[in-house]
Amino acid sequence: MINLNFIYSEIFICLAIMILLIIGVFKKNSSYLIYNLSILSLFVCLALIFNFPINENVELFNNSYKIDYLSSFMKILLILSGIFVLLSSSKYIQIIKINKIEYPILVLSSITGMMVMISSNDLILFYMGLELQSLALYVLSSFNRDNILSSESGLKYFVLSALSSGLLLYGCSLIYGFSGSTNFNIIAENINQDSYGLTFGIIFIITGLAFKISAVPFHMWAPDVYEGSPTSVTIFFAILPKIAALTVFIRILYVPFFNIIDQWQTIIVFLSIASMLFGSIAAIGQKNLKRLIAYSSIGHMGYALAGISTGTNQGIQSSITYISIYLFMNLAFFGCLFMLRRDEKYFENIADLSGLSKNHPLLSFSFLIVLFSLAGIPPLVGFFAKFYIFTAVIEQSMYSLAIIGLLSTVIAAFYYLRIIKVIYFDKEKDKYDKNHNIGLKISLAISTIFILFYFIYPSPLIEIIEKINII
Amino acid sequence: MDFPILSSLILLPLLGSIFIFFSKSKSSTHLTSKYLSLFVSFANFILSLYLWYLFDPTSAEFQFLEEQSWIKGFVNYKVGVDGISILFIILTTFITPICVVSVNSTIKYRLKDFLVAILVMESLMIGVFCSLDLVIFYLFFEGGLIPMFLIIGIWGGERRVYSAFKFFLYTLLGSVLMLVAIISIYWITGTTDVTYLLSLGIDQKYQYLLWLAFFSSFAVKTPMWPVHTWLPDAHVEAPTAGSVLLAAILLKMAGYGFIRFSIGLFPIASEYFIPLIYILSLIAIIYTSLVALMQEDMKKLIAYSSVAHMGFVTLGIFTFTQQGLEGSIFQMISHGLVSAALFLSVGVIYERMHTRLIVNYGGLVSVMPKYAIVLMVFTLGAVGLPGTSGFIGEFLILIGTFKKSFLVATIASLGVILAASYMLWLYKRVVFGEIQKNEIKKMVDLNKSEIFILSSLVFPIIFFGFYPEPLLSTTETSIENLIEMYNININLIKK
Repeated sequence: MINLNFIYSEIFICLAIMILLIIGVFKKNSSYLIYNLSILSLFVCLALIFNFPINENVELFNNSYKIDYLSSFMKILLILSGIFVLLSSSKYIQIIKINKIEYPILVLSSITGMMVMISSNDLILFYMGLELQSLALYVLSSFNRDNILSSESGLKYFVLSALSSGLLLYGCSLIYGFSGSTNFNIIAENINQDSYGLTFGIIFIITGLAFKISAVPFHMWAPDVYEGSPTSVTIFFAILPKIAALTVFIRILYVPFFNIIDQWQTIIVFLSIASMLFGSIAAIGQKNLKRLIAYSSIGHMGYALAGISTGTNQGIQSSITYISIYLFMNLAFFGCLFMLRRDEKYFENIADLSGLSKNHPLLSFSFLIVLFSLAGIPPLVGFFAKFYIFTAVIEQSMYSLAIIGLLSTVIAAFYYLRIIKVIYFDKEKDKYDKNHNIGLKISLAISTIFILFYFIYPSPLIEIIEKINII
Repeated sequence: MDFPILSSLILLPLLGSIFIFFSKSKSSTHLTSKYLSLFVSFANFILSLYLWYLFDPTSAEFQFLEEQSWIKGFVNYKVGVDGISILFIILTTFITPICVVSVNSTIKYRLKDFLVAILVMESLMIGVFCSLDLVIFYLFFEGGLIPMFLIIGIWGGERRVYSAFKFFLYTLLGSVLMLVAIISIYWITGTTDVTYLLSLGIDQKYQYLLWLAFFSSFAVKTPMWPVHTWLPDAHVEAPTAGSVLLAAILLKMAGYGFIRFSIGLFPIASEYFIPLIYILSLIAIIYTSLVALMQEDMKKLIAYSSVAHMGFVTLGIFTFTQQGLEGSIFQMISHGLVSAALFLSVGVIYERMHTRLIVNYGGLVSVMPKYAIVLMVFTLGAVGLPGTSGFIGEFLILIGTFKKSFLVATIASLGVILAASYMLWLYKRVVFGEIQKNEIKKMVDLNKSEIFILSSLVFPIIFFGFYPEPLLSTTETSIENLIEMYNININLIKK
């Protein structure tokens, strides 16, 4: 008998999607209601995950669906950030008039896909989850259909993502051919050092996944899609798919392919170094904040990959810590971005921030905190994220990776400082509106406080993540 | 458990700054924030004097230790002071109230934010000097970049953006290698606790690279030639109080770092790299003194003289003699006082004339006699005239250097002559001579708050020049212990 009670959260969210869809069809002007109901259903989903002992380690449906500490933790992270994203963007979608009923429902279905990805222990299931989240994201990124940039970004993302999915699927089929199974556990048993087919399979899978987390050289879509999509979708892009894809990265590399680590380790190190350097250098010339954060997130993914490349539990834990901290920094950054509104118009260029500190001291202070934290300056939380990563990297004596990584933080510091310069040193412009929805304020306050005061007591996060142990 | 006096020293300014940040002062004069920050910084000064009073100078152990688990099983929050660090804490708490008073005339806009930045800076600097864990040290060391970047960038002069960026990126670049070294130390020895590391020692084969990594950070911060170029820019553009903080305290973090970490943790590598340090220090002393001679901007001149003075400090530290090390610490304290005083003095006339170019002045003695007297004391302090604190430091350093190498000491002595020439020439051009311009005739002499600030600096400069004992006796035992440890390590290698 299959224990359905372990996947109550997934079942609940699927039901919620259908019910919300029905409500949306039959009730007129219900977009506001559905938006709030979907936030509520995410809360319920969170409660359902907590309802079961999250330390438990079970495999369901012929060992193809895995509930363990890693998956539970990442799901909690995912749903929490989903809640924050929806909370902070509710006013935005009203103002740029994309508050249709489909919007929250697509967000929910994308989250469902990600939950499946996180728990998958089988190539087919993993691919299904991936496609579910991607399909929802294609629509979301072109949701502002009257805007040419938004439509372009949706199309661009769709074409490139379909290509990467194709590559990924090809890799899956190679692996199935050479190992005889799609299940991660069986692949791990049948793995053979000498077969080139497997190596190619891994390379294709890594390519597909690297595309999802926008690691160099598979990053080309990110700046355009980040810039073109509505900001409420960009924040979604910047956080949630990365959490899911990183978990899959960890799961695939460390469960079926851990025995042939010497074959994929160099690839990951290369992806990591390339992303760190490219992310920090390419961002220097940007004028649009969303485009800039796209390059910055490319760089950040490089750091997360550096942790994965170590091949140790410590490394995985540091990557997971990194992504958890990255999540809060991005929430805060976009929270600040949502506040730049004047006369029903949102501003997203660096030049629009000019002299912000004069009229909006608190907002610019949180901008300051976020940017210094993204640059990794102590004592803010971003420093700890990098600190854990490099602790794990140096443990494996990968000094060149550590030194290149830290030097690229110096380069990256330059473009973050440039924004701070505009905010604090330049002449002020007109004031921005001050009436923001309470959800945005809460989410910005929580993330800023977390960034600022994490250093006082850093242990709890580490203790939680230390329990993740998959090798 | 005793009263956590060191943590209070760190936290008090921080809490004060949070309070000021959220306080609403309606009047444009910001009286509440001014008095509040003055009160906080002065209370901190009193507290640090009390710390000095309680401090037992006969023991080389770390005192007032506080330990608290921080990142579990990895890093502990650990603070403590010994004879080396306590003086820097007192210097910090002494300079901060002076900065706070000086903002009255020098900061025209966003005064509240400035006070917040200065107080945050103070608490971070105190943290640097009393942290006994490498990670905590790094945290405070780097954290100081944020407020200083803002101080230079918001309240600075014309090229403030360029200078702020240069300051930030130079120091960050130097420090990231130190972070790699700190993490490596953790994996080599299993701890980042300085007290353990000092007693355990680090394997010789790792010492050289680790030393270089720490050196890269401290050399930028000191600053040593050839990475000193950020300092003149930062000094020239920073507001007066910012320059004071920078010269008096920030530069001392590196000298302190050399004594505490480079010598303490890597004695063998320190011995090995002596020639490097000597050459760089001598270049700093001679070359930057010559550069200082040619400066037309007063602040730039003082900035270059700082580089030269810090050259003496590094020279003294790496003599590994009692006199050299004590002299270096004394020189750092003295330079902290003198350079702060000089920057404040430049600030005084800059507020009246709005120019820092030397050619625009001349003949100040007839319109500002009080100012001329005070500036004389500071100039002589910078020159190192006997009877001022500057003399004791340089003298001890040169004695220590003579013990090690006659040639190096001879060349370094030339630096003293050069210092006398650029400082006295500066004084001559600014204070003496005929009054060239009408604006100078209208200049008024020092007002009350300026007299208060400057005389509070005159007093210790002369007092410690005549009676250096309080400072020297505080550092003596700790330095004896440091040298003893150093010699044991070197002898082990030689066998």
